[in-house]
Order: sequence, then structure tokens, then C-alpha cells
Amino acid sequence: MERKDQTITFLVNNKPDVLARIAGVFSARSFNIESISANITMNPEITKIIIVTRGDTATVTKIKNQTKKLVDILEVSHLKEKSSLQREMILVKVKLTNENRGKVMEIIKDYNCRLITLEANHCVLEATGNKNEVKNILKRLERLGIEDLSRSGILAL
Amino acid sequence: MKLKGPQIFTKTLREEGVEIIFGFPGGAVLDIYDQIYKENFPHILVRHEQGAAHAADGYARSSGKVGVCLVTSGPGATNTVTGIATAYMDSVPMVIFTGQVTSPTIGTDAFQEADITGITRPCTKHNFLVRNIEDLAKTIKEAFYIARSGRPGPVLVDLPKDIMQSETEYKESNSLKLSFTEPKYLPDAKQLQQALELIKKAKRPLLLVGGGIILGRATNELKEFAEKTKIPVTATLMGLGAFPGTHPLWLGMPGMHGTYYANMAICNCDLMITIGTRFSDRVTGKTSTFASNAKIIHIDIDAASINKNVLADIPIISDAKSALQEMNQSLDQDHFAVNEEENKKWLDQIAEWKAYAPLTSYSEGDKIKPQKVIETLYKLTKGEAIIATEVGQNQMWSALYYHFDYPNTFLSSGGLGTMGYGFPAAIGAQVAFPDKTVVDIAGDGSIQMNIQELATAVNYKLPVKIVILNNGYLGMVRQWQELFYEKRYSHSDISQIPDFVKLAEAYGAVGLRATKPEEVEPTLKKGLNIPNTVVMDFHVEREEGVFPMVKPGTSLSETKLKKEELS
Ligand SMILES: Cc1ncc(C[n+]2csc(CCOP(=O)(O)OP(=O)(O)O)c2C)c(N)n1
Repeated sequence: MERKDQTITFLVNNKPDVLARIAGVFSARSFNIESISANITMNPEITKIIIVTRGDTATVTKIKNQTKKLVDILEVSHLKEKSSLQREMILVKVKLTNENRGKVMEIIKDYNCRLITLEANHCVLEATGNKNEVKNILKRLERLGIEDLSRSGILAL
Repeated sequence: MKLKGPQIFTKTLREEGVEIIFGFPGGAVLDIYDQIYKENFPHILVRHEQGAAHAADGYARSSGKVGVCLVTSGPGATNTVTGIATAYMDSVPMVIFTGQVTSPTIGTDAFQEADITGITRPCTKHNFLVRNIEDLAKTIKEAFYIARSGRPGPVLVDLPKDIMQSETEYKESNSLKLSFTEPKYLPDAKQLQQALELIKKAKRPLLLVGGGIILGRATNELKEFAEKTKIPVTATLMGLGAFPGTHPLWLGMPGMHGTYYANMAICNCDLMITIGTRFSDRVTGKTSTFASNAKIIHIDIDAASINKNVLADIPIISDAKSALQEMNQSLDQDHFAVNEEENKKWLDQIAEWKAYAPLTSYSEGDKIKPQKVIETLYKLTKGEAIIATEVGQNQMWSALYYHFDYPNTFLSSGGLGTMGYGFPAAIGAQVAFPDKTVVDIAGDGSIQMNIQELATAVNYKLPVKIVILNNGYLGMVRQWQELFYEKRYSHSDISQIPDFVKLAEAYGAVGLRATKPEEVEPTLKKGLNIPNTVVMDFHVEREEGVFPMVKPGTSLSETKLKKEELS
């Protein structure tokens, strides 16, 4: 079966240790975590954790069944690529020179990025998008010189 | 009423119906021990915390109640880890209380500090660190609830010393609201119907059952179902006792050291009804060829066990009892009757396999045969003893040659395969059943892993019987080295062993020895009749092997009956 990115969301009690327990299931069963994001929901007692892993649908079923057994897990769902919305955010520090300044501004405009700081030799920009958009932005910026980069985990609905 | 931690501790335990604690004291739990002293709360002092965990486990497996142990922080807690992992792998309901350093010093590498909730996260069903005295009663209640509900398992509660020393207004804990609701594990009606259709059509059906039948107290329902449908039954190591070992439909255990006929039945059945087993690799052999001619109905309380190792055609998430009850009812309503002709053909075929390779086919000579010791033990105890085993050849011979008719009478570390399990587990069972015959069948290697518990057994006048099948080897390791490593017996010769008779006497137990075949029965008779802890040392044929055997990684169809067929 096809191995690809699979997005799984967990609604859990906002208690210490829950993330460690989920991560423990992944490591004990030899599944890798490609990306993770977590924060409270509208109910501050409940946290939503979104994990992207690589595998086929059987892998997802195994993860779901194993994690559902954990005491503080309220709900586990698999988000299908087609019917879900996926975004991630990046913060990129880009080198600025006389030659590339125009091109950087062009990218900012093309992808609706936000310019967070602008200094003489570099700028920091923020962008959000789906996997492809982020990939494209990074590809274009890379040629111009990325000095630092942070990516958030995937957010999904 | 304001109560301190230790008072809440004993009060809640009593409310949970706890009759006994297995434990070992230390700094972090002295307050609790003081309370135990004041109240004279029933407690068994072991000699090593691993012994406490296994004893609580043996108590739980034999009685069906939750086993409880109490140990101190740091080394006390880490010493229980093997026992916890053993219970986890075999789904045994247990609650383990560990002391912890004071809350402000947690995380500072304080004296005798260990992150025991971190260490045991992968081998407990759940664990708790109690952070407030107000949470204590509720946490203990939740721990017991989690340990015994659904697929049971061990739950650890870590108790920081300062929290236990503080006090709070105590509320009767039956008024506490747990964060959990009782889950339902009833079978899906449609899937059950589909399963019944398959059962009615099957020509060569087979039941493969596991520990889930015993944990789910479904043995009567299983017997009714098998007899109604006339389907032969095989049970995994953990399932021994789930179906009477003397029943005509009984096939013995399947798998790596399973009976020839159970393995042949698996290879040739056209429908396999599996209940309460997780398809361990020790059972399936090479999974791609496992029951390859059969449709598989898999009933289990744990959804994660279904389709994990073997794909099921009909997966049913349910507890064993409900599923079997509903199937039995359905068959009654349908006036179900088997196709006599097909059924006879199938049972005849099985009888043929049985006749070709019966279990009794081992050869006897002038040395004691380990198989014979167990057969004689079976005869003398009329199959009514509780048998604990260690791990290795002793375990497999026990599984094959002691025919278990009753549930909760075979205590063995199936999942983790823990040497040193049997003796403390036998102590736990003897505590639960003071009047029953409880025997630990041991290897000379395994018994040395928790031999210190002889002091515990003698101390509490627990008449546990230890039957050592003494071959001077780590026998099972030697067998693998003989078969797969051209007899290079690397570090498996342990003939430098203590004199077990003297050792027993040193501990205040009784020691007996048998070195000749004709001494087996008299020694066992004598040992079983002595109302003390008895160590019986049987010097057996050194290089005896466990057969049948399926070479690891091969298919059950390649079950070998003797070593010459294996090399
Ligand atoms: C704690 C532990 N360590 C190592 C093993 C690996 N092991 C499995 S069987 C065995 C040999 C057991 O020897 P003995 O207790 O003498 O029993 P026998 O096989 O001779 O009956 C060993 C070392 C184990 N199962 N458990």
C-alpha cells in the first residue's frame, strides 16, 4: 500500500504527560512523527494535537487503535487529504543584498507573505500556506539566501 | 473529617476490597508503612520488589482480583519494572504504589529519586503522579477502575512523600465522580450474524482462544459454544485452562512448541474463530502461511489487537463473554445442528493426527525425563493444583503435559517470558488460596532469579511446592544452541549450581532430591504431602529437548517431532 503523509488529530485532556504518552506509542511501535502541533481548543481543558506521520492507511488504523486506548485521549481522527484543510506557517530570515532585494519583495507580494522585520542586511518574513505553497516559497527564497528558518507543525481542520 | 495521606490510602484500598498488599518498605513510604502497622493492614513482606510485583500478579491471575503492591521510591520502584512489564504483556489487573521523593525535590536528582512514571509509561495501562492530597482518593479509585476495566492491565500510582504527609477533608470515595465511564464492549449485531453464517457453512472449523476467555470469565460460554457446534478447540499458552484440557474436542496448545495436531488443524481448517488472543508470533509461526486456507473471525475486546498481526475477515470488537453468549443464543434460536458427515470427517482427520504424533511419544531411559515429572505431578494432584511456571523448557513442558481443566490455574509469563516469575507468582496464588496445592515448575536457571523469596514463603508458612527440573543448563537456550548453533553451548552451562536441598534447608524450607526415574513418584508424593514450603530437585536428562517444535520464521506446517528433523 502507498506510503504517504497522513494527518491524525487527537483531542486529549489538557494534562501533563499526555503528549509523552502519544509520542511513546509512536516510538514504541516504530512510527515516525514528521510534524506535530498542539494547543488548547475552545475548551481550555481539552488540547488538540495534530500529528503528521508517513505510512499507509493500515499504519493509520494501527496508530488510531493503539492511541485510543490511552486514558486521556478523547478522540482520534484521520484527516483525509482531499476533504481537509492543511496549513503551516514559516518564519524565514532572508539575506538582503542590492541584487536580491527586488526579488525578495516580489516573492513577498506573490505569496502574500508578511514582512515582520526589515534591516539593512536581512529581513524576516512570515508565510502560511499548504504544503505545496510553502515548498514553493522556500524554493524561491533558497536561491536568494536563507539565513534561518522555523516551520510550525501542520495545522489542519 | 480531616485525614492524612496514609489514612486515605488504607481507607480507599479497603473500599476497593483490597485484602492484601505485597510490598517492601523504604524511606519514601515509611508513613504508609506506619499506618499499615497501626491498622494491622494485611501485608506480605517480600525480599525483593520484583517478587512483590510477581506475587501481586500471581494473586491477580489466580483469584481474578486486582493485585496490589507497595514499594519505595527509586530502586524500590525500578525493581518492580520487570514485574510490571510482565503483567502488562499478559493483561493482568494490578495496581502498583510507589513512593516518591517530596514534590519540591522531584527533578533535582534527589536521593532515591527515579522518574518512575516516565520509566513505566510504555509498560503500564496508565500511571499517575499524585500532585495534591485532594486528588489522592480519586486517583486510587481511578487506578483500580482502569486496572480492571476493558482489557485489564497494571496501573502505577506514584506518591510523593510530602503529599502523603499532608491532610485533607476526606469524602467517602463512593461519592467521588470518576473521569471515566464504563465502556461497553458488546459485539456488533451485523458482524456477529455474518460470523454465524460462516460458522454454519464451515466444513473444517477451529476455535483458537487466548487469555481473553479467562480474563473475560467466559469459559462456560466457550464450552457451551464448542459443544453446540462440535468445533475443536486449541488455546494459546495464556488460554490454557480456558477449555478443559481433558475434553474430547481439546487439541492442546498450538505454535512453536504446540502439539502436532493443533498445528495441523490450524493449517487445514477452513474457518478459524479466534477469541481473546493477540496472535503472538510464538503462535502463528510465519504469518503469511498462517491458517492460509481459512477465513478468520477475530473477536477481541481490544480493537488494537485485531488486524495487528493477522488480518481478520470478520473483526468483532467485544468482550469474550458477551460475544459467546449472543452466538450461543442465536444458535439456539436457529436450532443449529452441525452437518454430521462433514464434522465427522474433520474430527476423524484430527484423530488421525493425534494418533500419529501423540504427546506421550517421548522415550524413557535410565535418566529422569522432565515430561514424566510433570505427568506424574498431574496424576498425583488430579489436575487440581495451581501451576506457576518459570520460563524455558520447564514452561513448555508444563503447558504440554499438565492438562489444565480449570481457568486461573496456569500462571506463566507468556508475553514477556520472564524468568523468575513463577516462584513469587506461586506465592501470590498461595496467599489467595491457602488451602490449594500451588506448585512452581522451575528450571534450575530461573529459580535462581528470585530464590530469595524462599524466605517470604517460609516466613508466612506458605506451603508452595517448587519442582525444579534440574538439567544443569539454561535448557531452552541450550536447545536453540544445539539446533541452530551447531552445539556451541555459549554460556548456557550452569552446572555450577547450589545444592538446592541444602539451600531450601538454609531458608527453613524442606528440600528433597530425586536422581532416578523410580524416585520421581515417591518424591513428588512426599513433597506434596509436607505442609511446608518444599523444594524438590529433580535431576533430569540433561539434553532433553522440547518437541514438537516449529523452527522460528517457518510455517506451522513444518512442525518437527524430533531434533533429527530440525537440523
Ligand atoms: C529474565 C530473563 N533472562 C533471560 C531469558 C532468556 N531465556 C529464556 S529461556 C532461558 C533458559 C532458562 O533456563 P532454566 O531456567 O534452567 O529452564 P529450562 O529451560 O532448563 O527448563 C533463558 C536464559 C529470559 N526468558 N528471561
